[in-house]
Amino acid sequence: MKLHLPHGAFLGNFDQFIQGFDPGDHKKISITAADRWLWIHPLCLSMIAALASGLEAKNIRCQKITAKSGHYLERMGLFKFLGIKSGMRISRHDPSGRFIPLTQIKNSTDLTKFITEMIPLLHLQPKQVEPIRYIVSELVRNVFEHAASTQGAFVCAQYYARSNTIRIGIADTGIGIRESLGRSWPTANDLEAIELALTPGITGATSRAGGTALNAGAGLFFIKSIAYTNRNFFIIYSGAAMYKLLKKKLSDPLILHANPHLDRHSENKNAPKWQGAAIGIDISLDSTSEFTALLDLIRNTYSRAVKERKEQQFKKPKFI
Amino acid sequence: MTIKLFDFVGSFAENKDIAQSIRKDFLVPAISNNEDIVLDFEKVDSATQSFIHALISDLFRSHDNILDKIVFKNCNETVQKIIQIVTEYMQEA
Repeated sequence: MKLHLPHGAFLGNFDQFIQGFDPGDHKKISITAADRWLWIHPLCLSMIAALASGLEAKNIRCQKITAKSGHYLERMGLFKFLGIKSGMRISRHDPSGRFIPLTQIKNSTDLTKFITEMIPLLHLQPKQVEPIRYIVSELVRNVFEHAASTQGAFVCAQYYARSNTIRIGIADTGIGIRESLGRSWPTANDLEAIELALTPGITGATSRAGGTALNAGAGLFFIKSIAYTNRNFFIIYSGAAMYKLLKKKLSDPLILHANPHLDRHSENKNAPKWQGAAIGIDISLDSTSEFTALLDLIRNTYSRAVKERKEQQFKKPKFI
Repeated sequence: MTIKLFDFVGSFAENKDIAQSIRKDFLVPAISNNEDIVLDFEKVDSATQSFIHALISDLFRSHDNILDKIVFKNCNETVQKIIQIVTEYMQEA
């Protein structure tokens, strides 16, 4: 595999990061980087850590990072996951209020511990904390339940003071959304699978609308809804497809759609194949509305979607 | 029977494994014995939809009128709304 870190890779221009990814030989990885400066979204770091996690250190190569802002990679713990000494000297700061370093989470107990310890690091108001811990919990549990990965989930997050935004990245190298969903909902391609996974009431655990005792098929719809009401970016990348929910203006009305195709988004179904799933989300703390108001919106949309799906399954009378 | 969720999950009810255990170990036997159940969310700030789903959804499938047997106590607005979402879609599905 080859991976190039461009000068800037955020959710808005995430395609640039993807263009620098060549899945190739999955037994080794070679990482190169832009030379002068690096601004990298936590999703990129989570993806790199996930790729490196299954490899022996001797099969991981990383170009010497010369960009001054490359210290960020060291502070986020990337080189630890690569098994490489970066040679960078940084004075360690208390991460409180700035970032959550790369963390590998393999089981439910570790996740609960991670969420408990993560929240104080963010130094946020309760109404700002609520969607963030919700997102992390649901996305990491999705990895445990659907990714079939022994490596678990790779998570990190960063607070950006200038935009007053928390940026979160979660990645795994499991079976991917299409294969996971395909047990009950076969699809023609990765993009169709992602869009189906975002639809309320759809889970790979069953072909029955409404889900099973443990899975409702609502998790990703809730996350997309949080991103939508926050009016910021949300990306799902799995297999050869990427779905990106685009930013919305404050003046745009908020209308949740059960069908992700109706949301303002961009899509790519010819991306380099990501074996697993990678999800990035930006949460603007300025526009974190009351979580309960979001739940009202979700309640109405979800209820309507379940009714519509049920109606689709009604047998039709035959008139002769 | 009263179950104090905070004792199992702390202030953020998100661990589905625990939700499943509570359902199997406490809720199902209690309902089989025709006991009424109080799910007490005192000190629980928030819950995920997945947690509430894992806690109660299967009871809707196995028992008629399950909401006549369970009451939800000390729920803040967030928890109330998530419970409403789950109970509504389970009755509609």
